[in-house]
Amino acid sequence: MEISREQYIFMLEKMVKIRLFEERVKELFAAGELPGFVHLYLGQEAVAVGVCAALNEDDYITSTHRGHGHILAKGGEMKYMMAELFGKATGYNKGKGGSMHIAWPKLGILGANGLVGMGIPIATGAAFTAKYKKAGQVVACFFGEGATNQGAFHESLNLAAAFTLPILFVCENNLYSVSTRESRVRRVENIAERAAAYGMPGHMVDGNHVVAVYEAATDALEVARRGGGPTLLECKTFRWRPHFEGEADTYRPPEEVESWMKREPIAPFRAMLIERQIIDEGKVNEMEQAVSAELEQAVAFARESPFPEPETALADLWA
Amino acid sequence: MRDLYYNQAIAEALTEEMERDPNVVLWGLDVGAYGGANAATKGLYERFGPDRVLDMPISELGYVGMGVGAAATGLRPVVELQFSDWITLASDMLINQAAKMRYMFGGVLQVPLVLRAPIGGYLSAGAQHSNCFEAIFCHTPGLKVVVPSTPYDAKGLLKSSIRDGNPVLFFEHKKLYGLRGPVPEGEYTLPLGEASIVRAGADVTVVTYGYMVGKCLAVADQLGTEGIGAEVIDLRTVDPLDDLTIFASVKKTGRLVVVQEAWRDCSVSSEVAARVAETILDYLDAPIARVTAEDVPIPFSPPLEARVLPSEMKILDAVYRVLDRAPVGG
Repeated sequence: MEISREQYIFMLEKMVKIRLFEERVKELFAAGELPGFVHLYLGQEAVAVGVCAALNEDDYITSTHRGHGHILAKGGEMKYMMAELFGKATGYNKGKGGSMHIAWPKLGILGANGLVGMGIPIATGAAFTAKYKKAGQVVACFFGEGATNQGAFHESLNLAAAFTLPILFVCENNLYSVSTRESRVRRVENIAERAAAYGMPGHMVDGNHVVAVYEAATDALEVARRGGGPTLLECKTFRWRPHFEGEADTYRPPEEVESWMKREPIAPFRAMLIERQIIDEGKVNEMEQAVSAELEQAVAFARESPFPEPETALADLWA
Repeated sequence: MRDLYYNQAIAEALTEEMERDPNVVLWGLDVGAYGGANAATKGLYERFGPDRVLDMPISELGYVGMGVGAAATGLRPVVELQFSDWITLASDMLINQAAKMRYMFGGVLQVPLVLRAPIGGYLSAGAQHSNCFEAIFCHTPGLKVVVPSTPYDAKGLLKSSIRDGNPVLFFEHKKLYGLRGPVPEGEYTLPLGEASIVRAGADVTVVTYGYMVGKCLAVADQLGTEGIGAEVIDLRTVDPLDDLTIFASVKKTGRLVVVQEAWRDCSVSSEVAARVAETILDYLDAPIARVTAEDVPIPFSPPLEARVLPSEMKILDAVYRVLDRAPVGG
């Protein structure tokens, strides 16, 4: 597959953005600056970025409780996300959503979701709209391997296949549903095998390999755009952090975490781009510095922004 | 004025709205060529075709959720459940998703979904095909709940529900599909959140909705022969609740009976009674009375079902009680 220089650089920049954003969120949370709880995307950057690099701005995504990566990859701006995480009035959703509930329809972001698997029917509905309006849009629906044990997964994949909807179901298999090694509670070896039950293609890719994810997503989305219906894409990956920040990670062997961290998605991709002279190291450094600067501005913006007026808690319920 | 059956009035509302707005789409079990289990979508498949009228697999969570997603992206889906009892299967999509999405996302999107669902007993349909679950959804902020009692109201309220920007649960009583009533030719809508005084009276206020309206009117007729003026209020929309109409009537009569087919605890009748007590307690000349289903699952056998569900006799007893008269049953 021909991948343009711009596309390669886009993917590197987005992954760097997610990595730095999440590391900063980790620090801010540990310092007590962020209310609530956060689920970090560290280690899974290649999935969100590989898929979203294959999407257009008017395509839709649905996201999960571990959603920061998807939203940044789909074009979300760090300052409005950070403000939302701080619970500030200037956040994407005026502080009403928080880490697990960021939506911005102008970028096709239909919402992160606090209920495992429940974005899947909603994404299927967005795909219905896309097909009905014949605007050539597609949907990427992100969820974890745990969500594939929900009835919502089964019902939605059947519906999407039955009605030939333009949707890519992206399973981020990071092996653990909170503390449960998910393969202990599932008999089929790979999530992708489940696609056969719905009469749709199911593919597996290395979810830490952004090009592999991008190519698989692009192929599947081309089929979807042509009216060929849905695909299930299983991306094998790993979260570096516990389920949520502050959780005691007693259930994953340290050597497993270490081995996955050695297989991290960004550094090899960065080295490959430099080696193949797609971008030179100086430009990469400049880009990384620019992301850092933007991130610090985002933190400052969030800190300086006002909290919402308490009375706004009673607004926005009704259209 | 011509008469239509309740299900014909619904089909006509759907037809008119689908003609008016290409974003209105329809799906549910057997709603296509079959015309719906209650014939409320009869003729729509032939008229609007398979892109806009879709038969669903038995996947309540899936296809209600698909409605939520389609609504959030610009369509106005009208989803039919074959029986409202199965709404529990789709409840996350309604309670955690549709109801919250606009608010939780700070108003950046809306979910103009209509969910139509047949409710109610009096059919010996048993414990899982006789429910009235409206209170669960009244309890949830962000959902509107409509329970029309006549063909005229069903048509006008369904058209408004489809045009509303919010998720609306539209509960149709199974016993009403065969009810005939006047429906004017041509366009009209009825506002959500407005009760209707279906019979004026000065002595006692009877607040009710849905299939119970007919029973309350029959009781009011009987009371009329005894010289008692019962004012019957049909809520039509149980969320939002039309407090002002209720309060104005209770201020006039000083006596309130609330009648519903649903279970008693934490129900619409609880809410009506609480609001009256909170706001205009001083106007009450007697304790509020409620007539509801007994708080047990709806049983199958006809005498058991009759024992559990409201009846005209039970309503009459309640009215006599607030009027401080001896009960009918002695």
